[in-house]
Amino acid sequence: MPKVKIPRKSTTVDMTAMCDVAFLLLTFFMLTSNFVAKEPIVVAIPSSVSEFKIPERNIETVLIDKDGKVFFGVDTQQDRKEILLNVGKAYSIEFSEKELAEYSKISSSGVPIERMKDFLALSPERRDSKEAALGIPTDSLNNQFEQWIKTARKVNRELRLAIKADSDTPYKVIKSVMNTLQKNNENRYNLITSLKQVSTK
Amino acid sequence: MQVEDKGKKGKKPKQKKHATRVDLTPMVDLGFLLITFFMLTTSMLKPQTMEISVPSKDKVQEDEQNKVKASQAMTILIGKENKLYYYFGAQENGIDPELVETDYSSEGIRKVLSTKNAEVVNNVNQLKLDKAAKKVSEEDYKIKLSEFKAAKSAPTIMIKAMDESNYKNLVDILDEMNICNIARYAIVDITDYDKELIKKKDPSAK
Repeated sequence: MPKVKIPRKSTTVDMTAMCDVAFLLLTFFMLTSNFVAKEPIVVAIPSSVSEFKIPERNIETVLIDKDGKVFFGVDTQQDRKEILLNVGKAYSIEFSEKELAEYSKISSSGVPIERMKDFLALSPERRDSKEAALGIPTDSLNNQFEQWIKTARKVNRELRLAIKADSDTPYKVIKSVMNTLQKNNENRYNLITSLKQVSTK
Repeated sequence: MQVEDKGKKGKKPKQKKHATRVDLTPMVDLGFLLITFFMLTTSMLKPQTMEISVPSKDKVQEDEQNKVKASQAMTILIGKENKLYYYFGAQENGIDPELVETDYSSEGIRKVLSTKNAEVVNNVNQLKLDKAAKKVSEEDYKIKLSEFKAAKSAPTIMIKAMDESNYKNLVDILDEMNICNIARYAIVDITDYDKELIKKKDPSAK
């Protein structure tokens, strides 16, 4: 038998370049995208041709689902504590530091103010469940929604209102929300929609 | 063992050369794991919005203004179950304006609005072509656009929605305002008179 030693070449590929590519992609995604905020309810928004982009910061979002439940949130974390504190004061409810800290972690929520303490005491998973999403009362006898709006405006004058409502929300609810806003001189707001392509003749 | 002893007794021997090739495969796995995490939890799309502004509530002149406007304007009524009606003007000398039923398709309300607003639509289309052909700058485009939209012949639209209609209807109508380049429109409360008109037109509904 021939005693030829077969030269063995190394089979390991140099992974340095692959690693560079991976981290470049990662950096790109980290810098250009935004975390999607978890919302208490799923909303199917209608489409429109409008191409205005929602402003980047200082947005207060009013979420309305198809049963007419209203949820409210601000995107600036530091304002959330103050807003909750002041709304509590208006209804003579005291919130502890711990509760305020818990609240500032939630992007948007909607419970009647009487139930807020219980809501904050729930664990984060329980909070996201359907039963916990009660909605802020908007009827004229108990318009807590108005209080939230007023307080938010007082805390941060630069907030832009954005309304995100489900396609099937009855107009009655929208009308009452818009009336409340109008009463409080909130006359400019955005309606969040998805993009629709339309051919203009 | 013997070799080691000899080494310890004497001076420190030359350091054994360690392998300098580090295997980076796990590092790549980590990188792609992180990418996958970010791809799934973030969104690159920023949601779109429509800008709306409503007039401030001046209870005093509101009713007067509405009456005056209605007689020269077009009123769009949004009914339940995706029904849509419109009429021109207002009740004159006891004669009801003619209520026309239409729909949300491009053959429906869009056609009506485009014909009503024909002059503006043509001007705006021409302007868009000019902009695409780079004859008009961005700021000029914006200025001219608002000029055209505010033309005297452009109609004023009052949008009235019934409580039972849904949000999508409202957004669609506001969208049509945008598509047909209508500058003057307002969302107002539906009156009993309008509800009567709808009932007369369509007694089966409700």
